Amino acid sequence: MTQHTPALRLEGIVKTFPGVRALDGVSFSVLPGEVHALMGENGAGKSTLMKVLGGIYQPDAGRIFIEERETVMRGPLEAKAEGVMFIHQELSLAEELSVAENVYLGELPRKRFGRVDWATLYARTDAILQKLKVRFDARTRVGELSIANQQMVEIARALTVNAKAVIFDEPTASLTDAEKVVLFDVIADLRAQGVGIVYISHRMEEIFRITDRISILRDGAYRGTLETAATDEDEITRMMIGRSLDLSRNAAAPDLGPVALRAEGLSCGHLFEDATFEVREGEVLGFYGLVGAGRTEIAETLFGLRTPTAGRILLKGDEISLGSPVEAIARGISLVPESRKEQGLVLGMNCRDNITLPQVDDLTAGPFVSDGAEISIYDQYRDRLAIKSPSWRTPVGNLSGGNQQKIVIGKWLSMRPEVLIVDEPTRGIDVGSKSEIHNLLRELAKQGYAVIVISSEMPEVLHVSDRIVAMYHGRIMREFTAAEVTEDGLIQAISGLTGDAA
Amino acid sequence: MADTALKSTAMKSVGGLLARQGILVAFVVFMVGFALWNPRFIDIDNVFGVIRSSAILGVMALGVTFVVIGGNLDLSVGSMLSFSAIVVLDLHENPAFGPALAIPAMYAMTLALGALNGFLIGYLRLNSLIVTLGMLSAIHGLTLTYSGGQNMDIANQSETWFGVFGRGSALGIPVPVLIFAGLAALLGMILAKTPFGRKVYAVGGNGTAATFSGIPRARVVFATYLISAFCVATAGLIQASRTMGAQNTVGQGLELEVLAAVILGGASLLGGSGTIFKTVIGVLILGFIQNGLLLAGLEFYVQFVVTWIIIILAVWLDIATKRGKLWSPIA
Repeated sequence: MTQHTPALRLEGIVKTFPGVRALDGVSFSVLPGEVHALMGENGAGKSTLMKVLGGIYQPDAGRIFIEERETVMRGPLEAKAEGVMFIHQELSLAEELSVAENVYLGELPRKRFGRVDWATLYARTDAILQKLKVRFDARTRVGELSIANQQMVEIARALTVNAKAVIFDEPTASLTDAEKVVLFDVIADLRAQGVGIVYISHRMEEIFRITDRISILRDGAYRGTLETAATDEDEITRMMIGRSLDLSRNAAAPDLGPVALRAEGLSCGHLFEDATFEVREGEVLGFYGLVGAGRTEIAETLFGLRTPTAGRILLKGDEISLGSPVEAIARGISLVPESRKEQGLVLGMNCRDNITLPQVDDLTAGPFVSDGAEISIYDQYRDRLAIKSPSWRTPVGNLSGGNQQKIVIGKWLSMRPEVLIVDEPTRGIDVGSKSEIHNLLRELAKQGYAVIVISSEMPEVLHVSDRIVAMYHGRIMREFTAAEVTEDGLIQAISGLTGDAA
Repeated sequence: MADTALKSTAMKSVGGLLARQGILVAFVVFMVGFALWNPRFIDIDNVFGVIRSSAILGVMALGVTFVVIGGNLDLSVGSMLSFSAIVVLDLHENPAFGPALAIPAMYAMTLALGALNGFLIGYLRLNSLIVTLGMLSAIHGLTLTYSGGQNMDIANQSETWFGVFGRGSALGIPVPVLIFAGLAALLGMILAKTPFGRKVYAVGGNGTAATFSGIPRARVVFATYLISAFCVATAGLIQASRTMGAQNTVGQGLELEVLAAVILGGASLLGGSGTIFKTVIGVLILGFIQNGLLLAGLEFYVQFVVTWIIIILAVWLDIATKRGKLWSPIA
C-alpha cells in the first residue's frame, strides 16, 4: 500500500428515512489494492451505505470521491461508469440467457446493422471465465448453473469494466468451502491489480483471512477502523455491539411454568436439521443466527406453513401435527411474521379489521360480523399496546412501522395464544417503538405466555431472552442461558466457529 | 393571503370528495350535462328503461365484483350466460323437465362451470386470466355442442309462466329490476357484513397475509367463482325469460362490459377494494352512457368502442390515484 490516493472515499454521508436516521455522518475510504472489511450488525447501516454508493439512494448530506474526484451517483449505471462494481448477495441475473449475455448485458459487442457479434462476445467472456477458473463456458445458460457459479457470473460481470472499486456483499453466504477458495483467489488477483475492495461479511474467519483493514458501523454511525493484523475478535465485537448489556434482569430465575412447546429432532429438508428445543410458559426463548440460518423456517414449521421431514412437535406434552396455519392457530400457536407488510398486514384494510382477521368467524351476531365486538377488541389492544392511530377506520398502510407492528402483535395477542412466536420483532421500526416492543415481550412472558423471539440483532436477542439458541447453516450450534451468554460466544456460535461447544 | 388559504382549503375538500366519491360525482355531472343537452334523457320512462335493460349486465356484475375483490378475473361470464340461457330454454321444452325442473337443473349446470373455474384457480393455483379466457371459448363450444348450433325458442309462449322473470312486473316495477335490486341488497350484505365478505377483501388485498392469518384462501377464491356463476345463472334466466328464445351467442362480449362496470364502480383490478354499491353505480353509469349515445343518434356499434375507452380511463385513473401521478412511463 504505497499509494495514498484512496480508490474510493465517502465523507460524512447522512441518510434519513421517516423516523430513522439510517446513516449518521459515515466516512470511510478504501485504498487501491486493499481489502477493506465493512462490519456491523444487521441494521447498522451497511446496506444503506452501499445503496448510497451505488446511486440507489441519494444521500441527504455527504460526498463521494472516486480517486479523490467528487462524484454524484445518480443510479447504478453511473456507478458502473465510474468503475464501482457490486457483487450482490441476491443475484440479479437473467436465467434464460447465456453466461456471456449476462456478463455483457446492455453492452453486447455489435457488428454492422446492430447484429450481435457473438464470436467476440464468447471469446471475451471465456477469457474472463478462465481467470475465474470456473468449469462452465460462455455459452452455458445461467439457469443451469448452481448458485455459487451464478455468483461467479456476477463477478465476471464486475471484471468486464476497468473496476476501481469492487464491493462484495456477503459473497460467501451460499458457497461451499472449495468455492470460497476460488473466490478468495479472485479477490487476491483483483487486489494485486490495484483494485480497492470492500468486503461485507459477518464471518470472522474470513475477515481475518483476507482483509487488510476493518471499518465498523453501529446504529448508522461510523465507529472506527482497525488494522486487521493488530486486532482480534473481541475488539471487533465490542465495537459492533458497543455497550455492555445489562442482563441482571434475567439473572433472577423467572417463574417458569411447564413446558409449553417442545421440538424433537425437527428437520425440514436442508433448511434446518435435527432441531431440538423447548420453551416454557413464562419464558422468552431467543433464536439468533444470520439470515438464512434456518430460524424463520423453524417458525414457519411450528406455524403449519411447512411440513417437517423428520422429528416431532409436542404442545403441552402431546404430539401434534400441523397441516396448515388454520390448525396451528386452533391449537394456540401464533406467529408474528418476519415481514410485516408482505405477511403480517392487509395494508388497505383498516386497523380494526386487521386485528380481528384471524377470529372474524367467532365475532358474529347472527350471520353478520358484530361491529361492537370488533371495536371492543380493537379498543382493548389499542390501549394495551399504546397503538397510535387516528381511528379504527384508518388503513394500516397509513401508520408508522412501529404502530403497524403493534397491530400485528395485537392481532395475535387477541387470539390468546399458548405460544407466541415473533420473527424479527423490531425490523425497520424506530428506536422508541423498539424499546416499547421489547418491554412488551418481557411483560408477556411475565404474564405466563411462552414466547419465541427470532432476531438478527444481538442486543435485541440478549435483551429480551431468558435462553438463546444459536443457529448456523440450519443447525442449532449451542444453547445459552442468560447467565452464561457472552457476545463473543454468540458470534462464534452463529459463525460456525464452535466446533468444541455443544 | 387569507383568500388563497381559503381557496386551497376549498380545493382540498373538493379533491377529497373526488377521491372518496369520484364515481358518484362523475355520475351526477354526466347525468346533469346530458339532461341539459337532451331533456328526454331524464324522462322517467327512459330512466326506467335504462335500469331495466341494465339488469342482466348488473346481476352478472354483482358476482364478478366478488371475484375481482378477491384478486382474480372472470372473463367466462359472457359465454356462461349463453350457456345458461340455451340450457334453460331447451329443458323448458323438454317434456321430462318443464319450467319447474328446468330452472334448478340449469342452476346446477352453471354452478358446476363456476366450480370448475374456482377449482382450477383456487386449488390448482392457475392464473385466473388464462383459466377464464380458456373457459370463455370452451363454454362457447359446449353451448354449441349442446344446441347443435340451433337457436332455442319456446314454442307456446302464451302457455308458460316462464316469462315472469324477464317480462313480469310487480307493483309497477319490472321483475328483472326487482331481482337485480334484491340480489344487490343480499350480496351487498354478504360482502360488507359477513365474515366471508371480510375474508374476500383480505385474500384480494394481501393473499400472503391472509394465509398467515389462517384464512383458507383456496376455499374463499372457490366461493367467489360459485357466486359469480350463481349470478350468471340468474342473469341467464332473466335473459331467456325475456326473449323466450336465445341464440348461442347471446352473451358474447358481455364479459368486457361487466368488467367495465365493475372497474368503473371503483373496484381495483389488483384486488382488495370495491363494494356492491359502487358496482351498481358503475352498471348504471355504463347503462346511461350507452343510452345517451343512442339518444345522440350514434350507431349501436359505437358503444363497443366507448366501453373500451371507459375501461382504459377507469383503470388509468385507478392506478394514477394510487401512484399519485398521471404520467408514469415504464422505467
